[in-house]
Amino acid sequence: MEQDKTLKTAQPQYPLMENHAETLRAASGRSVNEIDLAAALADELSPDDLQISAETLRAQAQIAAQASFTQLAENLSRAAELTAVPNEELLNMYTAVRPGRSTYAELQTLAETLETTYHAPLNAQLVREAAAVYQQRNMLKRNL
Amino acid sequence: MPVQSKRFSILAERDINKETFVEPWPEAGLIVTDSPYDPAPSLRIENGRIVEMDGKARVDFDAIDIWIADHGLNLAVAAEAMATPSQQIAHMLADINITQQAVRRLAEGCTPAKLCEIIRHMNVLEMMMGLAKMRVRRTPANQAHVTNWREHPALLAADAAEAALRGFAEVETTVRVARNAPLNALAILVGVQTGRGGVLTQCSVEEALGLKLAMKGLTTYAETLSVYGTERTFVDGDDTPWSKAFLASAYASRGVKVRFTSGTGSEALMGNAEQCSMLYLEARCLLITRGAGSQGVQNGSISCIALPESLPGGVRAVLAENLLASMLGLEVAAGNDALASHSSIRKTAKLMLQFIPGADFIFSGYSAVPKRDNLFGGGNFDAEDFDDYNVLQRDMQVDGGLRPISEQEALEIRHEGAKALQAVYAELGFPPITEEEIIAATIAHSSDDMPERDIIVDLAAADGFLAGEQNMLTIVNALQKHGFIKTAENVLKMGRQRVAGDYLQPSAIFDKNFHVLSGVNDVNDYTGPGTGYRLENERWDEVQRIPQAKSPRDFVNPQIGEPTEKLVEIGPVKPGSRQEIVVAVGPAFNQAMTRTIGGLEHEDVLKAILTGVASEGLTARIVKIHQSSDCAAIGHIGADLSGSGIAIGMQSRGTTVIHKKGLARLNNLELFPQSPSLTLEHYEAIGRNAARYAKGVPTRPVAVKIDNWARLKLIVKTALLHRRETEQITDQPPGELLFDWEPEV
Repeated sequence: MEQDKTLKTAQPQYPLMENHAETLRAASGRSVNEIDLAAALADELSPDDLQISAETLRAQAQIAAQASFTQLAENLSRAAELTAVPNEELLNMYTAVRPGRSTYAELQTLAETLETTYHAPLNAQLVREAAAVYQQRNMLKRNL
Repeated sequence: MPVQSKRFSILAERDINKETFVEPWPEAGLIVTDSPYDPAPSLRIENGRIVEMDGKARVDFDAIDIWIADHGLNLAVAAEAMATPSQQIAHMLADINITQQAVRRLAEGCTPAKLCEIIRHMNVLEMMMGLAKMRVRRTPANQAHVTNWREHPALLAADAAEAALRGFAEVETTVRVARNAPLNALAILVGVQTGRGGVLTQCSVEEALGLKLAMKGLTTYAETLSVYGTERTFVDGDDTPWSKAFLASAYASRGVKVRFTSGTGSEALMGNAEQCSMLYLEARCLLITRGAGSQGVQNGSISCIALPESLPGGVRAVLAENLLASMLGLEVAAGNDALASHSSIRKTAKLMLQFIPGADFIFSGYSAVPKRDNLFGGGNFDAEDFDDYNVLQRDMQVDGGLRPISEQEALEIRHEGAKALQAVYAELGFPPITEEEIIAATIAHSSDDMPERDIIVDLAAADGFLAGEQNMLTIVNALQKHGFIKTAENVLKMGRQRVAGDYLQPSAIFDKNFHVLSGVNDVNDYTGPGTGYRLENERWDEVQRIPQAKSPRDFVNPQIGEPTEKLVEIGPVKPGSRQEIVVAVGPAFNQAMTRTIGGLEHEDVLKAILTGVASEGLTARIVKIHQSSDCAAIGHIGADLSGSGIAIGMQSRGTTVIHKKGLARLNNLELFPQSPSLTLEHYEAIGRNAARYAKGVPTRPVAVKIDNWARLKLIVKTALLHRRETEQITDQPPGELLFDWEPEV
């Protein structure tokens, strides 16, 4: 039987590198098969050509869920959302959710940004949850 | 009564008595399992939400309780799991007929206290059975630490290359000076991809810096995302379960594998154990880790190891935490990393708890450098233990994740790794690595062997590298341009794998063909003898081939030379009637063998014996025994043929007996079983004593030095020489030997 090689299939076959190389694309859209030494030497590659895409992370999340690694699957789904966030901003977001860094309102704003700017509802949910717990457990930024 | 014992003063000097031992003190968290303050397991779920856990109502939950209740447990099986007697789950762990999946399904519904209650029923042997089955990946592996106190880039690259060649699937480095992080990460990346393509690397630094390195493509995994079992300690560690979960997702979004870190003792060490046992707090850590979606954990106490080991049951508790993690479906890098004991016996015994069952990573950092170069807390096993470790694998037919390599292979790969990094430094405009440094790194054992570098200039380069645009592609092209094609290709392949994300799945590593092995496609299917991972075929061949192993032929060759023509067999021997000594020699004597195991020429040995006999005024006949290679039998037959009834029996390897007619075969007058210790002076004394027995005068037995190591050192040689003599046995009756030599008397 002909195997469906696209990632959007209901059943991505693990490992993706071995089973879906033809359709596997980097965050830039470049095919994984076009990432080679010749392309590197010709300066055709950019850092985004070596970044994982949201689509691939969702496929990995699906694989993890199917293998009963539920929470890992949730993590990979959150990761898929975070591919949209630029490096510097991602570092800032992480800092903001560390203890004592943000007020309740700042965390709500962060959740809003995640949801609207980056279409990251799962991460927004995580940050809102954090805000509620931080408030309850005195882990918000203290006003000096 | 004397107050000092000589034996106790020797014991006091032993390595084990350099350790610290303390009595338990639960109030301070100094108890490994079963603190009287640990809660009893309980769980109440209302409307799909946990409202009580381990005796605490939701209103009283701290942040960690909330995280575990909302993210850590699988509520669909929780009621069933909590209702299953803990002893029954313990049985399932040790029962080879129960699959990993069946145990894991229930474990996922257990609260921290329930997990501890399961462990309460188990001894270490049962837990080892459990770990063998619950380990996520079928194939065990190992991780190395590569650091040096000088933070010398060429040495890092050379050591990383060697570590990769030795079989480590992951290599971790860290920093002495934090600003060095990007250059250290670069050095081990280039080093490992030279040594063996597909090795994962990381640089352990502060969380945000670690993420930056990963974004730059300098690392492929991150392991030191520390979590703690009490809220206060967690916050002191500058994170919360929510921020750690966010960080885990951030790493994954950049295609980087994540493993959390926890381990017994950290809370007590940080002063906030809340009177709970170390294992209970670790169970909380593991549910936090699982809830955050980390694919795995490094536990096994890690840098706190000396603390549980100071307490009773500490080593058992460390195995228990490994087991709990694997029950929860987490990849386990099982500890054995930080310096834990002064005693080789103790450290090795402890290692067996992970080594024999196998872990995803038996070490969360085997120090592939000497202890003094290890920036992670010493290295319980280090580069100086490589040969010991390889022998342990070979002894037990256990896959510890390493392979023996030759000195030549090591030198070649170290040189290649250092040269590759030199090329990258040159191309990226970093302070040059000189030829002198390359040579030093190639042959070095430690930082002490390396020339000093200008740290100020290196740090400036590191700052520029971190802030600038140069990335993995710059490195690939630098390597290509300088002809390091294999390394360039491997670095780029790691980049391609980052795009595919296959190594984000549980327990993922790559084999040498960049084929991923993880809990998804290399599921541990152990269900007893003949199932699961077995060390066999090519891999077993590789483990067997330690360079120290010699061909059996090599043991025998030194004993084979030109037979002396002075000794000739002239025909069947007749029983003697004179006052004589018979010297009976084995069937290989002066033929198939010409030297004793101690390297003495047979001819010289005979001369010594005859001289001894002559010194007492007697003569000797030399007789060759053809029908036995046994020392006692040779002597016994000789005594029967001797006119005086006294004979010296000697095997060709030199083992000698003085025998007397009428004694039982296995009895004797004097026996010299340690032939390697025998000198020509001894043989002369043996001749003299034999003559004195024949004369019936009082005789002091020959004193021979006892060397209890000789048997250990020479047993293979002894067995092979004996085999060679035994091959010469025929039905021929004893023959008389004519020796063309007279002692000077």
